[in-house]
Amino acid sequence: MKYSALKIFTQALTGHKGWKPAWRDPEPKTSYDVIIVGGGGHGLATAHYLAKEFGITNVAVLEKGWIGGGNVGRNTTIIRSNYMLPGNEPFYEWSMKLWEGLEQDLNYNAMVSQRGIVNLCHNDAQYDAFARRGNAMRLAGVDAELLDADGVRQMAPFLDFENARFPIKGGLLQRRGGTARHDAVAWGYARGADSRGVDIIQNCEVTGFKIRDGVCSGVETTRGTIGAKKVAVCVAGSSGRVMAQAGMRLPVESHVLQAFVSEGLKPILPGVITFGAGHFYISQSDKGGLVFGGDIDGYNTYAQRGNLPVVEDVCESGMALMPMIGRARLLRMWGGVMDMSMDGSPFIDKTHIDGLFFNGGWCYGGFKATPASGWCYAHLLAKDEPHPVATQMRLDRFKHGAMIDERGAGAQPNLH
Amino acid sequence: MIINHPLLGPRDAAEFVYLGDAALIDRPDWQAEDAGEQFYQYLYLRDNPAGLHRELWYHEQGDRSWLVVTRNTLTHEITNVELARDVARAQGRSK
Repeated sequence: MKYSALKIFTQALTGHKGWKPAWRDPEPKTSYDVIIVGGGGHGLATAHYLAKEFGITNVAVLEKGWIGGGNVGRNTTIIRSNYMLPGNEPFYEWSMKLWEGLEQDLNYNAMVSQRGIVNLCHNDAQYDAFARRGNAMRLAGVDAELLDADGVRQMAPFLDFENARFPIKGGLLQRRGGTARHDAVAWGYARGADSRGVDIIQNCEVTGFKIRDGVCSGVETTRGTIGAKKVAVCVAGSSGRVMAQAGMRLPVESHVLQAFVSEGLKPILPGVITFGAGHFYISQSDKGGLVFGGDIDGYNTYAQRGNLPVVEDVCESGMALMPMIGRARLLRMWGGVMDMSMDGSPFIDKTHIDGLFFNGGWCYGGFKATPASGWCYAHLLAKDEPHPVATQMRLDRFKHGAMIDERGAGAQPNLH
Repeated sequence: MIINHPLLGPRDAAEFVYLGDAALIDRPDWQAEDAGEQFYQYLYLRDNPAGLHRELWYHEQGDRSWLVVTRNTLTHEITNVELARDVARAQGRSK
């Protein structure tokens, strides 16, 4: 069913009784060409692009719980492509271009809103570093503007510019950055994939891989054995757990990141604002809630909840940035499990096992990457070679010293 | 989280800095034939278990001791705390 304004109008006249489920609930077949393990944003995007762009429709997406119930439903919805390194920036810009055409592509309202993102700086060295980053972005064909303090003041006069410790010296603005409705992204991709024949199978946990003589030929699940020519794992925070079933150790640690939403307020934030002296980012949802977050808790965990010291740290950063936030009451907070990689950058690659592919290590930046991650993973699965913008996202890059370390923090996942 | 320090008693985890898997104590022999491969695995690959995890915490805001904490990564429950020094010595290390 194609959605349109006319459809809403005619449905309104008939009591909205004609809407149909946006995707089927099929039984698993005995085998598929491609099995995608993990029905999150990246897995569903992979299925959608496999079917739409590469013509591979005999595909199943296996999801342990319900689709979109993991990190794609838990993130702070920011989209941006303000990276610096050549291994990352073309990839994230490709993602941004896909965001810009996403709703037309999916015929689904993902509420993509390019309201801009500004990263604030608080000293001269940081201002120089942002100039460098902005130049790197522009060399890659991405929009970037370096603002001085007055430029930031025009956008967001309520910030604490004269903060004694962290005065605001300027910021790096990407106007094309912004936010998107995270759940709708998962649902839109699911609907797009399903309409082209992809089976989305929920409540189906993968419990093992069928691997013989170095070849993977399917998966064991809670709903029986399913064969496949290619198995594509895409399970974010559960990467370590799932790949251990294939006997693999990954350059990944699982950590928890907490996110927060305040009560609904009238529009006050012009876009996404990030604090440069601590780790804090904030935007305002269309419902009015202030959506914000900060650092990961910093210890290995698979629990989808964090601890109070980080809550305090995040709120202190918020107060240092915009003191008026202290008047807003916190409505909800939650945690999501992040697959933190050793250099802060992701993997889209084959494994040493034939027919087994891995997509993960997105740290806490996976949401913005959803479209390009899906497209590049589909490209790898369909053509057996990496997409040109994802050639450096290799699983074995640490062996060769080819890290993509934006932060320059080294092999210490809780610092990325 | 509260870490029951073997010398100081129960301390808030916020006083500590987290390093990672306690396997980081077992630094490979740099003169081994396959030292490159061993160091790659030591430095970059992790077991990352869901369940009991032995990990290194540093008491930066306290007595500056390194601890090996056994903690459940599904529940955050801490079941054992040892001085990293004792763990390393029990494995035959000199310090």
